[in-house]
Amino acid sequence: MIASRWIWVLLPMMLVAAFVADITTGSVRVPLDATLGALLGDGSVEPTWRSIVLNLRLPRAITAGLAGAALSVAGLLMQTLFRNPLAGPFVLGISSGASLGVALVVLGGSAGLVVAVGDVGNLAASITGASLVLVLVVAAARLVPTLTLLILGVLFGYAASALVSILLRFASPESVQGYVIWTQGEFGGVTWDELTLLAPLLVAGLVMAWVAVKPLNALLLGEAYARSMGVEVGRSRLWLITATALMAGAVTSFCGPIGFLGVAVPHLGRGLLGTSDHRRLLPAVAVLGASLALVANVIAQVPGSSLVLPLNAITALLGAPVVIWVIVSRRSIRDSGAG
Amino acid sequence: MSVLACSALAVGYRSGGHETRLVEVESLTLETGELVCLLGPNGAGKSTLVRSLAGMQPPLQGEVVVHGDPLFELSARELARRVGVVLTERVDVGALDVRALVSLGRYPHTGWRGNLSSVDVDRIDDALRLVDAEDLADREVRTLSDGERQRVLIARALAQEPRLLVLDEPTAYLDLPRRIQTLGLLRRLTRERDIAVLLVTHHLDLALSHGDRVWLLPIGGPLEVRSTADESLASDLGRTFGVEELAGAREEVEAALGLSVELGRRADERRRARRETGWQDR
Repeated sequence: MIASRWIWVLLPMMLVAAFVADITTGSVRVPLDATLGALLGDGSVEPTWRSIVLNLRLPRAITAGLAGAALSVAGLLMQTLFRNPLAGPFVLGISSGASLGVALVVLGGSAGLVVAVGDVGNLAASITGASLVLVLVVAAARLVPTLTLLILGVLFGYAASALVSILLRFASPESVQGYVIWTQGEFGGVTWDELTLLAPLLVAGLVMAWVAVKPLNALLLGEAYARSMGVEVGRSRLWLITATALMAGAVTSFCGPIGFLGVAVPHLGRGLLGTSDHRRLLPAVAVLGASLALVANVIAQVPGSSLVLPLNAITALLGAPVVIWVIVSRRSIRDSGAG
Repeated sequence: MSVLACSALAVGYRSGGHETRLVEVESLTLETGELVCLLGPNGAGKSTLVRSLAGMQPPLQGEVVVHGDPLFELSARELARRVGVVLTERVDVGALDVRALVSLGRYPHTGWRGNLSSVDVDRIDDALRLVDAEDLADREVRTLSDGERQRVLIARALAQEPRLLVLDEPTAYLDLPRRIQTLGLLRRLTRERDIAVLLVTHHLDLALSHGDRVWLLPIGGPLEVRSTADESLASDLGRTFGVEELAGAREEVEAALGLSVELGRRADERRRARRETGWQDR
């Protein structure tokens, strides 16, 4: 645990460093001074470089930062609501819905299953899939207990991946390839136009999470205690689920299903701050998530080469050790007889 | 004004249009400064009854009145200012220190972000002092022993400044000395503060030695209210639990009672000694 005031100096510095690193990384080498010049509006920078920095790397970096923050905060909300350290932004089945949507369009089209869709792209398909699940989840949240919701989400995920694997069986090799690439995740595919839709959605989700810090703290004690302290549990749950579904759905639709960040970053935040108090934890998790998403993207670009690795592989390699550490250290707490 | 009153109450579960009535109560009141223990065998519906009385589950029929107002008319926030709850379930709160946990009890008094005013901080200090947990304030909740954790959860409920404190088997995981300590604490609260305490417990000896009244709830009802000073209580207890042997066991009950009183006295003495010498048991 680091002293609290240093955290608030270190975290923003980390975010700025990760942002700069991301913006200077890519398959084409652009010198740092040209990059900064392009960002600051210097007209003498070579047009190709300016275009690369302003139209490719800047939206990519903004997308990565926002998506990382949103996924991490969404994971924190779910871990608190479900009181489960392994919960993440996708436990509600949002990414499964988006995957199914994309699979239906990409694979179903080639298999001759979906005839009338025309040239619907991955984006529209994943937005449709994620939104449908969002509506279902929010409707279910009014009707069933919290634990049931978690189980429904997990089972929906299984059913969706079963359907996807059936579609994969009949699809053409090219469309299978297209689908697999989508599932590997990418921040770089988001244009400025798309960002004007994605960014407000993610900011809205983050604001929704921020205004719920008080009920989130009460929910640390479980729903029964929270209710006894004056939390309108049903309303708070609906609020948190809507915020999570919004953020997870938007990120998945535009960037693909980005794994592990949402599960791992809240644990890193707790470890760093030494508290579960959401008033401090939530902003720290947002900044940490943004930084790590940028770092993962830098690593995926393999600086100094024209090679690009699957983003999801990097987030998993960064995130899995954290999750393993959480499980192992929790067990040691129980074994020591402290619980 | 009674802290809690109800009439023609029926509690239980409703699922798919089918009602399961567990307990029916003609009328019941709870007064300020009173420690009442709800006793009865497993399955009689004790938890369901207190959950309904504390507003955590709606009754099937009848009305609960909390300090003058019908329960269903109170907002969650307003209810939380009147009734504090301590449950059986163990809580894993993650990384919180004791002061942060007790601060959560100020929930119904604070603004949207839950920031504490100086009044809130005073109330939190007061609650920690009442349960004798000032020296635990900076400890991580997960490092506490069961007894310490229970005291801290009671402090959290007290920080709500409730008029009624409802506890569902708060002593279930505690050893005998800690049970006596907890009951002693609750009794002290009813005497020193204007609050009423309703307690579900399986520990007859403690209920009889520390309670003012007991509510006896046999399976299938009806609920009976008795003073703990009542001479015929042992035979009522036998009937409540369906164990005839208890009726003739006045001596054993009294022996257990004597032991608890003695142990309670010793625990009090130790606590006093610790305060005087500043000695800490860590």
